[in-house]
Amino acid sequence: MTEVYLNSKFVGTVDSAQDYIDQFKGERRKGSITSNANIYHDEKADEIRIESSKGRAVRPLIVIKDGVSSLTEAHLKQLEKGEITWSDLIQQGVIEYLDTAEEENSLVAIVEDDITPEHTHLEISPMDMLGLTTSLVPYGNFNQSTRLNAGSKNQKQAIGFYATNYAVRMDTDVNLLHYPQKSIVNTMMHEISNYQNHPVGQNITVAVLSYEGYNMEDAVIINKSSIERGLGRSSYFRPSVAEELRYAGGLIDEICIPDKEVKGYKSERDYRYLEKDGIIYSEAKVTEGDVIIGKTSPPRFLSSLDEYNLASSTRRESSVAVRHGEKGIIDFILLTENEEGNKLIQVRVREQRIPEVGDKFTSRHGQKGVVGLIIPQTDMPFSSSGTNPDILFSPQGIPSRMTISHLIELVGGKVGALGGRYIDGTTFDAEPEKALRKELLAMGFRENGTETLYNGHTGEKFKAKIFIGNMYYLKLKHMVANKLHSRARGPIQLLTRQPTEGRAKEGGLRLGEMEKDTFVAHGASLLLKERFDSDKTKVPVCEQCGIIAVHDEFKNKSYCPICGDNVEITNVELAYAFKLILDEFKSLCVYPKLQLKNKY
Amino acid sequence: MTTIPKEIADSLPKALLEDLKEKVKSLSQTKAKKVMETVHQEYNKARVEPGECVGLVAAESIGEPGTQMTLNTFHFAGVAEMNVTMGLPRIIEILDGRKELKTPMMEIFLKKPYSKGKDIKKLAMNIKETKLNEIVTEFVINVADFIIEAKLNKEKIKDLGMREATLLTILSKEIKGATVKKKEDSLIIKPRGKSDSLNEIYKLKEKIKGTYVRGVKKISQVLPVKRGEEFIIITAGSNLKDILKMEEVDTSRTRTNDIFEISGVLGIEAARQAIIDEVFKVIESQGLNVDVRHIMLVADTMCIEGMVKGITRYGVVSEKASVLARASFETPIKHIINASLVGETDKLSSVVENVMLNQPVPVGTGLPGLITKVK
Repeated sequence: MTEVYLNSKFVGTVDSAQDYIDQFKGERRKGSITSNANIYHDEKADEIRIESSKGRAVRPLIVIKDGVSSLTEAHLKQLEKGEITWSDLIQQGVIEYLDTAEEENSLVAIVEDDITPEHTHLEISPMDMLGLTTSLVPYGNFNQSTRLNAGSKNQKQAIGFYATNYAVRMDTDVNLLHYPQKSIVNTMMHEISNYQNHPVGQNITVAVLSYEGYNMEDAVIINKSSIERGLGRSSYFRPSVAEELRYAGGLIDEICIPDKEVKGYKSERDYRYLEKDGIIYSEAKVTEGDVIIGKTSPPRFLSSLDEYNLASSTRRESSVAVRHGEKGIIDFILLTENEEGNKLIQVRVREQRIPEVGDKFTSRHGQKGVVGLIIPQTDMPFSSSGTNPDILFSPQGIPSRMTISHLIELVGGKVGALGGRYIDGTTFDAEPEKALRKELLAMGFRENGTETLYNGHTGEKFKAKIFIGNMYYLKLKHMVANKLHSRARGPIQLLTRQPTEGRAKEGGLRLGEMEKDTFVAHGASLLLKERFDSDKTKVPVCEQCGIIAVHDEFKNKSYCPICGDNVEITNVELAYAFKLILDEFKSLCVYPKLQLKNKY
Repeated sequence: MTTIPKEIADSLPKALLEDLKEKVKSLSQTKAKKVMETVHQEYNKARVEPGECVGLVAAESIGEPGTQMTLNTFHFAGVAEMNVTMGLPRIIEILDGRKELKTPMMEIFLKKPYSKGKDIKKLAMNIKETKLNEIVTEFVINVADFIIEAKLNKEKIKDLGMREATLLTILSKEIKGATVKKKEDSLIIKPRGKSDSLNEIYKLKEKIKGTYVRGVKKISQVLPVKRGEEFIIITAGSNLKDILKMEEVDTSRTRTNDIFEISGVLGIEAARQAIIDEVFKVIESQGLNVDVRHIMLVADTMCIEGMVKGITRYGVVSEKASVLARASFETPIKHIINASLVGETDKLSSVVENVMLNQPVPVGTGLPGLITKVK
């Protein structure tokens, strides 16, 4: 007697568990039970559990009948001709979906040759174990799994051709590659996923060698002429948004060229690109601080007295300007309204990004690196045929990472480029390396992919033969232009008077606790003081009660709030943050008394 | 015989001076003089200069290698079931001045006949603490008579070489609030008070399971090991005081990793040395290289009060003179409030306070000042 549960509810018992399960599976393959239902025999508890609920992970497998795969040549031919589809195979019981529980009762063969009488299912392809991006790595079965992960992660960050309607889209923070190419070395997944219609990389010539040391520690050297021909060139789009907000009391923002009387008026120059409607014109070349959308807002506190006294416009300036450190060309302007019916303006700024030192590039094998040097074609190594590499990749990146697929792709790319064809690099099912070597040899090259190269500076022949070939390289979205940051002077925080934090706020770089310790350890006491001077202030202190006094700017006189103005008041220089902590002490009803003493 | 010039003799420490005297003996007068002068020079060069920030350099020198340390415990070589806390957790344990160690341990060295292996097993068994539940097969609560019956494991007792009479006397001494009697193969434990709550007798039953029967208290495991030519006993658990009382033990070399015990039994100087040794052992075992003098400085600050104090807000930090320095370490509000209650004054004489005020720190170039008052 075996208990049967349907979606965790007891429904009855059966005498023979195996017969019941066989019957169930038979009916499911026939199609009289939904293909979404799975059955699992828990032998320890002697229970049968049938699941048809949603939210289970299921995967398709080929059914094996009597030790033979039920997917036959006939099926394949029909599929090729388009006479049957996937769902037909499921209806015929050739393919079925197993959930994690039913998988426990099954024995799955990875390839057809492995099938024994015990096997119940066959993988559709051994590549099934990989996800979408991971199966885009060619020759992935030659790699360590961590590299495969890294490779697929990198591909997700690549700049490509993300949507065909990009010109009318308002996406935040988008990059677009200018000359995307189909990859020479492909996997099956490239075809399945329609990858070749929206590629993310370019096929380039890679030489594996060190050159002047500018490609050590994962850096790459790029050929300047290749960049001028369009290698890795991309555009960066970023929208700015302005909205005419409505406030209490019928007040409303106004999109216009701000009046000179407006509070916080920038300068005439900043508004120079604005047209009459207060919006910038298309194709204007803007830099940091230029106003894109002119806007004014009503005054913040209506009841405030001085706002009443000044009869003229007291509206605030609230324009949208180009952010700090950014530049570009106005690309696209969208005028619309939002759900509340407020006027909404979106302006997209475009900037061309030509590869520069510090931009990040990667192959598809987790071999990422930043540009270390851009050298003219004349200084690049060259082969006897006059070929120059586009990128110099350091051989030091290979041994510790063991990315064999990187090397095979390089040979494969070379064969493909020379032979004018695509190479199939599907994981577990690729064109064998041996065949590639043979083909390369037949085309008059060394079979291992090396060539004699000459030093680009001196023209001397390199003693070693250099491994050179073609690879698919991707430009990643991390570009220095988005990250470069420095500051000498700049904005400070209102509360602490210390510099702001972060690139977006043009912030300072923090000299932290441990960095402070190094100064102390060196005994560089005065240098340390200077470093921490960013929030220093002069504070009047009452000598009698030791509390911070008040300085009256109008009368140019200091007085103590406790002792009056008949006491000696001395100016003391200290960190504003310390003045703040004294205030906090006072709020705790702790009296912090400063006892002053002459330093000398 | 060369004499050492007075100005050199006065400025060198004693140990170095003795060493120098010995080395210089065989040299001629002029050569010896030159050697002595060089030694003097080198010695002065090696000394820490005034204003050098030794504490912080020590902290950095221990802290930086600390980031590279592998965490967790280390398994005792070859022998199962004996773990030793090593690495960063152990360092933290020592420097925090924890009273309860994760793995207290002793290395017991033995005197002559025993160190050659005489009766080593028996000795080890004598050291190991035996508890009541190890020699009892079954505890039964007799609800009718309101007593606990403990069935003795005769074989085990024989193995331990104990007589039942002695067992009885020990137990009557150790178990408080109950009388112990013998009846056939069992012990009858009867609570003295007139309580008849089942709960209480159950509690008593659980309590007496851990009653000390024989051996040295707190030593939970023993392991005789041959080290070099002699046998020593490694134990888990530590009880220096009682171990040193034993005749067979070589008191001059026996050691424990419990610093508080050392401080209690052998005094503060021994504890200081123990801190140095223990910290250095960990750092060395990780293959790192830290100068001992940094550790010595830490050990000194921990022991300077005459008792071992950890580098925590309850220990060394609470001794700091400056309110602001204490407040900047941990629990600031507590320190500020307490300082305000007694009206403490901060002289701003150390580093942290001056960083807070943005004043030059009194270290290195910030240290020298004018003695003459400027009028």
